[in-house]
Amino acid sequence: MPDDPKPEGPPAPESAPKPEAPQAPPAAAPPKPEAASPAPADKPAADTPAAAPVAAPPAPKPAAPPAKPAAPAAPKPPAVMVTTPWESDLTTALAAEFGPAIPEFLSYLGQSFLVAQTGALIPLLLTLKDDFGFDYLVDVTAVHWPQREQPFDVIYVLYSFSRNERIRIKLKINEAEKPASATAVYPTADWLEREVYDMFGIEFADHPNMTRILMPDDWSTFPLRKENNILNMDQKWVQANLGIESGQ
Amino acid sequence: MAGTFLDSTELVLNMGPQHPSTHGVLRVIVKLDGERVNGTECVIGYLHRGVEKIGENRTYTMFAPYVDRMDYVAAISNGLGYCLAVEKLLNVEATPRAQAIRVVLTELNRIASHLLWLGTHALDIGAITPLFYCMREREYTLNIFEKYCGARLTTHAFRIGGLQYETYDGFEKEVEDFCDLFLPKVDEYEELLTGNRIWRERLIGVGILNEADCKAYGVTGPMLRAAGCAWDIRKALPYSGYEKYDFEIPIRQNGDTYDRYMVRMAEMRQSVRIIRQAVAAIPEGPIMAKVPKIIKPPVGEAYVSIEAPKGELGYYILSDGTTQPYRLRVRPPSFVNLQSLDKMAKGSLVADLVAIIGTIDIVLGEVDR
Repeated sequence: MPDDPKPEGPPAPESAPKPEAPQAPPAAAPPKPEAASPAPADKPAADTPAAAPVAAPPAPKPAAPPAKPAAPAAPKPPAVMVTTPWESDLTTALAAEFGPAIPEFLSYLGQSFLVAQTGALIPLLLTLKDDFGFDYLVDVTAVHWPQREQPFDVIYVLYSFSRNERIRIKLKINEAEKPASATAVYPTADWLEREVYDMFGIEFADHPNMTRILMPDDWSTFPLRKENNILNMDQKWVQANLGIESGQ
Repeated sequence: MAGTFLDSTELVLNMGPQHPSTHGVLRVIVKLDGERVNGTECVIGYLHRGVEKIGENRTYTMFAPYVDRMDYVAAISNGLGYCLAVEKLLNVEATPRAQAIRVVLTELNRIASHLLWLGTHALDIGAITPLFYCMREREYTLNIFEKYCGARLTTHAFRIGGLQYETYDGFEKEVEDFCDLFLPKVDEYEELLTGNRIWRERLIGVGILNEADCKAYGVTGPMLRAAGCAWDIRKALPYSGYEKYDFEIPIRQNGDTYDRYMVRMAEMRQSVRIIRQAVAAIPEGPIMAKVPKIIKPPVGEAYVSIEAPKGELGYYILSDGTTQPYRLRVRPPSFVNLQSLDKMAKGSLVADLVAIIGTIDIVLGEVDR
């Protein structure tokens, strides 16, 4: 039985989505509530993933499980992304230029990404575009991590035609933090950043038109934030504007 | 206003959302100086259904049919991109047989999508006949889809890890017959349009977007290739075994509406070329890779994109190790390409605006998601 699902030494601090996920290896062997729920296929619609294991079950059989969980728990995949370091001429050059402003160069499934400090974004984009040919901003998007201290990731996907290489830049930002808009470097960022604002409420500084793009202008919430349930999104708006009781 | 014969002020004209040439519920606010377009602003979101939010609330398997509802004229491409993204996270690859069948169906769908574009685009400009011809040939592809999986538009043809259905008896023959039938039809459309003087005058030099602008605005697909950049994800970052097939990337140099038309016509011929190679060599074997019944990708993230008929269609999926994606982002080509409308339309005539909207080849289901 392969009893080592954990990655080598320092598991990248990158994305530890569930604070109370099965982090501790052998110490917490006893009645792990999490192990009693075999497959969270019945995960409730509420989408905070941390809620699932905790609220799992008052398992009715207390005696038998303690011995067992250790075994089935072993082949479980690790709870953090098993990244490998990303090393290339690009990372060497960027590390030399930006130093601590880019703390991590990582790779997962052969896809490279780096984590950068918010303030370094525009110089970094300019360097990538001018010196390395990353002239195509593919996408800008975000991820909400409500339990994390910095609750948002902003993700930029870049592509270089000359190198035929795709990379991602990841910023970790605070609730009220405003990353600089990339529109001055890539005009395509205009709508992409507006969509991020529309869905997550992340404002981009110096954006020419920081307004909603897909949702109605007077919508009250930012739909892709995790606290917003897919049901009952903005009933008031629906009632006031559509003249029906509920959108469901 | 001394020196002007007539005082003219800027006129703001509202086009859509219910306008036949906006191909759905697109609203364009046009600022006009006489017949000249001074600027445009797109108002979108009328068809927003929250696909990304739905994705976070469905299991990986359950979400697969939803992606068909984005670009509903190229549902098979959407499904391919989604399946490839989840397969990447699971670190599995579809079997060779599944990959070949996927390529055949996806390329047929590219032809269907381009045909619908051609018919409606010509209709917008005033050529009514091509629409009926295009619909006639598109019917053959839809019939093949229907025979294969029971649905014509929102097909849900692929599954994570491969395919659910084997091909039906006579599938290869029917596809080859379609290829034989279709190539002369492309010539027929071209006879109607390519040399047609009205067609040329309405299209040549209209809505120019050069290569640098395409890249700045993130415009991909036939629009980028019409501006002289031979970039196609099927060649640049091949997937599903596209590297095995011999085909060319058609390009043109001017980046105007006419060149985009020429590129799409040439692409249909290349699709036929790919289909012929793929269907002649569908390997024997299983159609489904070894994929667990309950799909639970390990914690991680991946961005996977394919060359959809309209451009780069990407899926960024972040898994937290459960059965549902923690975050599922779709990078829609129509949405990004539509952003270049203002750049292309500025300074053109208001009558050309219709041609320019048509040449982007947008599907509002994908713009709004």
